[in-house]
Amino acid sequence: MSISKDARQIVESAVQGVMAKAIALAPDGWIPGGEPDPLIRSRHGHVGKPVSRLDGPLKVSGTAPFAAEFPMQGMVYAALVFGTVPKGRIAAIDTEQAESSPGVLSVMTYRNAPRIAPPPVFMSGPKAAGGDNLPVMQDDAIHWNGEPVAVVLAETQEQADHASSLVHVRYQSEPAQTHFAKAKAAGTRTATFMGQPLHNEIGDAEAALVRAPVSVDVRYSTPRHNHNAIELHAVTAAWTGDELRIHDASQLVAHEAWSIAQMFGIPEDKVVVTSPFVGGGFGGKCLWQHQVLAAMAAKASGRPVRLVLSREGVYRVVGGRSLTEQRVALGADREGLLKALIHTGVTAKTASNAMPEPFIMATRSAYASETISLDVQAVELDMLANTFMRAPGESVGTFALECAMDELASALDIDPIELRVRNEPKNEPISGLPFSSRNIVEAWRTGAAKFGWDKRSSVPCSTRDGEWLVGMGCAAGTYPYYRMPGGAARITLTHDGQAIIDIAAHEMGMGTSTAQTQVAADRLGLSMDAVVFRYGDSTLPGVVLAGGSQQTAAIGAAVSAAHHSLVKALLKIVGNDSPLAGLKPDEVASGDAGLCKLGDPALHETYVSILARAGQTSVTVTAEAPAPLETQHWSMHSHAAMFCEVRVNSVTGEPRVSRFLGSFDCGRILNPKTAASQFRGGIIMGLGLALMEETQFDERTGRVMNPSLSEYHVPVHMDVPEIDVIWTDIADPHTPMGARGIGEIGITGTGAAVANAIYNATGKRIRDLPITLDKLL
Amino acid sequence: MTPFTYSRAADTAEAVRRGTIPQARYLGGGTNLVDLMREEIERPDTLVDVTGLSHEIEELPGGGLRIGAGVRNTAVAEHRSVRSRYPALSRAIVSGASAQIRNMATVGGNLLQRTRCAYFYDEAGQCNKRSPGKGCDALEGFNRNHAILGASPACVAVHPSDMCVALVALDASVHLRGSAGVRHIPLTELHRLPGDQPHVETVLDPGELITAIELPPQPFAARSTYRKVRDRSSYAFALVSVAAALQIEDGHIRDVRIALGGVAHRPWRASRAEEVLRGGPVGAIAFAAAADAELADARPLSDNGFKIELARRTIIAVLGNLAGETA
Ligand SMILES: Cc1cc2nc3c(=O)[nH]c(=O)nc-3n(C[C@H](O)[C@H](O)[C@H](O)COP(=O)(O)OP(=O)(O)OC[C@H]3O[C@@H](n4cnc5c(N)ncnc54)[C@H](O)[C@@H]3O)c2cc1C
Ligand code: SF4
Repeated sequence: MSISKDARQIVESAVQGVMAKAIALAPDGWIPGGEPDPLIRSRHGHVGKPVSRLDGPLKVSGTAPFAAEFPMQGMVYAALVFGTVPKGRIAAIDTEQAESSPGVLSVMTYRNAPRIAPPPVFMSGPKAAGGDNLPVMQDDAIHWNGEPVAVVLAETQEQADHASSLVHVRYQSEPAQTHFAKAKAAGTRTATFMGQPLHNEIGDAEAALVRAPVSVDVRYSTPRHNHNAIELHAVTAAWTGDELRIHDASQLVAHEAWSIAQMFGIPEDKVVVTSPFVGGGFGGKCLWQHQVLAAMAAKASGRPVRLVLSREGVYRVVGGRSLTEQRVALGADREGLLKALIHTGVTAKTASNAMPEPFIMATRSAYASETISLDVQAVELDMLANTFMRAPGESVGTFALECAMDELASALDIDPIELRVRNEPKNEPISGLPFSSRNIVEAWRTGAAKFGWDKRSSVPCSTRDGEWLVGMGCAAGTYPYYRMPGGAARITLTHDGQAIIDIAAHEMGMGTSTAQTQVAADRLGLSMDAVVFRYGDSTLPGVVLAGGSQQTAAIGAAVSAAHHSLVKALLKIVGNDSPLAGLKPDEVASGDAGLCKLGDPALHETYVSILARAGQTSVTVTAEAPAPLETQHWSMHSHAAMFCEVRVNSVTGEPRVSRFLGSFDCGRILNPKTAASQFRGGIIMGLGLALMEETQFDERTGRVMNPSLSEYHVPVHMDVPEIDVIWTDIADPHTPMGARGIGEIGITGTGAAVANAIYNATGKRIRDLPITLDKLL
Repeated sequence: MTPFTYSRAADTAEAVRRGTIPQARYLGGGTNLVDLMREEIERPDTLVDVTGLSHEIEELPGGGLRIGAGVRNTAVAEHRSVRSRYPALSRAIVSGASAQIRNMATVGGNLLQRTRCAYFYDEAGQCNKRSPGKGCDALEGFNRNHAILGASPACVAVHPSDMCVALVALDASVHLRGSAGVRHIPLTELHRLPGDQPHVETVLDPGELITAIELPPQPFAARSTYRKVRDRSSYAFALVSVAAALQIEDGHIRDVRIALGGVAHRPWRASRAEEVLRGGPVGAIAFAAAADAELADARPLSDNGFKIELARRTIIAVLGNLAGETA
């Protein structure tokens, strides 16, 4: 390369840099014909850079305050007593011995607990957060095995724990339904999820299945799973007069504050929930009884209360993923084109929640088929309410669907990737909507090349390494794009050129605060140092659930709306001497720490100068994100092509994953470093789902029998091989920043990729998770 | 956890004096006992810390080893003589628990660790081991990890130790000291089968202290090995494990040691398999016959029938590997 050419490139890229740095206001463009977010075109800012997590130093130095670490004056410690029958009444409860135990302040039971209303159950209202709608320690009724029956308060945790063993309870048992097969035999009901029945029909799929020249019709099952975030659920609750402050580990601070206010019958703004750091959420850190019990105990005792669930406590009080039994039947012509796609099955929920595991969600947009029949039936059991757990529906639904696709590929003798590519839908089959952006085929091709898929033998049992049978498998993963209503953000621009972004969002270790600082810096034309991203506090604007992988889009849309308001507010005060005088909001862009004329970066004034000229120390604006209309117009999903190599021991059946690659199509990747961790984390959880995770729910008693990390297996380091992750990085033109959520997709498709690899290695189809060695002997 | 007093014993005599009072327990690394106390399964009022006693590994005249009861599991596994002369023991130890637990755990404590049966651990469970006479919830419940050999209708739990399996295969014996004096018994006689008293797990007298284990000299143990089959790569108890050593001379099996883990209420010395093999030919057929003989009395429960086939295959594979190595 000549020097002159080199120099020219540098100049060019510098010019592009300036141009790119000037970011126009994002249009409210989540509608057909709307303009994509201008940040998508910006390739020289902070977005897309592998920035290390801003909270990293705090975490490694142990100075990030988690919920169990907030110091409080006069605080007391709580321990819970869990019930031991699935259903019935408390016949007698003797707290005397506990009360006279050293250090004990009081023992709260239904007899002396403050009277409150039941929790508003999740999805029953915009801010409802309850895992169920059962009364919390209000009467003698027992609803599940493990329900808290007493709260012991003491001066130290050890005193509380000991005294909790001195509470003696006698139960009057009542007949309980804890047996899945018996409940099914008594009748199932079509499940509804988010107000819609989990049922779709296109044509007569059963008839088409019978007519199809090639078909598979198989049944799969997935067990119950429990949440095992490394941080135990913990809460510190204190009342000051009629105001309740809760330091929590929460993925929905605003929902939680509102819901708890409803329960105590006090105004919403009298409850403040903060949650600056959360050590893993995955759907489990919502509103369960422990926060409410801590608040009740704090009210009754007049002291701040700290309540940390034990690991067992998490299993007794926090719901997990429900079990599923699924049927997938696929009919195809000899070329592999689907004529019939049937995905049906049964799951269990409780009478007190609205959460049937929606395992057909991924199937709705997966493949083109002439006929489709999807259906989820549910039974209600007497158990702790099940709940969201990383990719609810998709994680276990893709296991069944994608194993069945592999079985069909074998039956047809077509490469499983090719079979999937042949069945790519033009529009979403169920809704008929066009896809906002779908590049799964590219993900398949690049993934297959990088993984070395061409080295796979399509004949099972053909690769052996000593005692080990080696095989490769693949599967598609997918997760929808969501953006829930309620997003709002505040921007405060200060005279020294800092922008403070305030939004009631959450950092659960994903890197949200880092990625959103990058986005806001680019949006406002600032360096990252000049942006302060504040979150995890219910008094901040916005009702933002860190769930459904929707936070990134929800925050992005809210901050972009606030950016609009900020520019409007600044143009009002620029005055006549500013180079920006007379410009309208849609004629300006943010860049170089200020505003400039669109297309003419030379007409520029810094924020510092604008504020100084106007004699203002700061400007504050708050704005709400526009309604999430994009999901009405497009079928919006992230995709993944998962590749797995396993080794199965021919003597012992031990299955071990030796290689894994995830090839993702998730829109624009905002931060490759934090994204790679999210993808890998999801895949690791998927390996657990495939090979070992299983809650032992004793159907005789409705009791979870393995409530510990010793007996409930999740992958250990040695179970996790090097995991390669790659992505298309193709921006979705219909989302803020061109990004779609990435937090949950990693667990989808992974279970099937493992199962399909095991088939390739051994010739055995294991259709019941987890795939433990006894199934491979 | 119930309040208790804690003291460190200066010597074995003092330990035994304090440990013989009712409701006293010896404390090793505490990795099992403290958990059981947290779960209110054990409620001692006195803990006598014995980690300060007998923490040496001594060479015995004639080539054996004497390992003090207070030696940490990691120290045993890392010891040069153990690694070179009794490799099965090193392998068994490092296949167990986690590095942190092994660093804390002592030899005495490992021997006396209690079962991991879920119903034993749950206050709501009916368990004859926890409350004699109450019944056994595991019989009709989750029993995938439970016993296929030597169980009784009263209890089908297994002894969870890896280390003990290797020790039993290596003919280890146990030195004891109680108020009635000292004695020395084979390790195979320490643990009891459940019978109708599953809560009585060993032949120890109340307050009897384990002071050491002894490994006799055994030249062919230098080729011993341990194989553990489990549900994940680490940090899981054995579904089945096999410790074995094989001495082959002139194409015949001169001597053999086999023990099984994860299959019974005690570390299971596979004497029947040994008998079948001793003096016979080497080879897959003989190994299979030996495994079958040992497992002839195996009885499956609802969830653990696979263990019979798994144990069979693992025995054959381990012997095959040893024969391959020694050949
Ligand atoms: C999560 C987890 C996973 C584990 N996984 C495995 C595994 O895979 N394989 C495995 O083998 N083990 C495993 N273990 C068990 C571990 O090996 C034992 O906990 C450990 O060996 C016990 O030793 P300790 O010194 O801590 O015993 P302690 O807990 O101190 O004592 C155990 C018992 O021994 C008694 N005792 C201690 N010393 C003496 C003595 N000198 N004389 C008489 N009595 C004595 C005590 O009174 C008590 O009853 C695991 C443990 C945990 C917690
Ligand atoms: S198997 Fe033994 S330890 Fe387990 S419940 Fe039965 S009696 Fe108790």
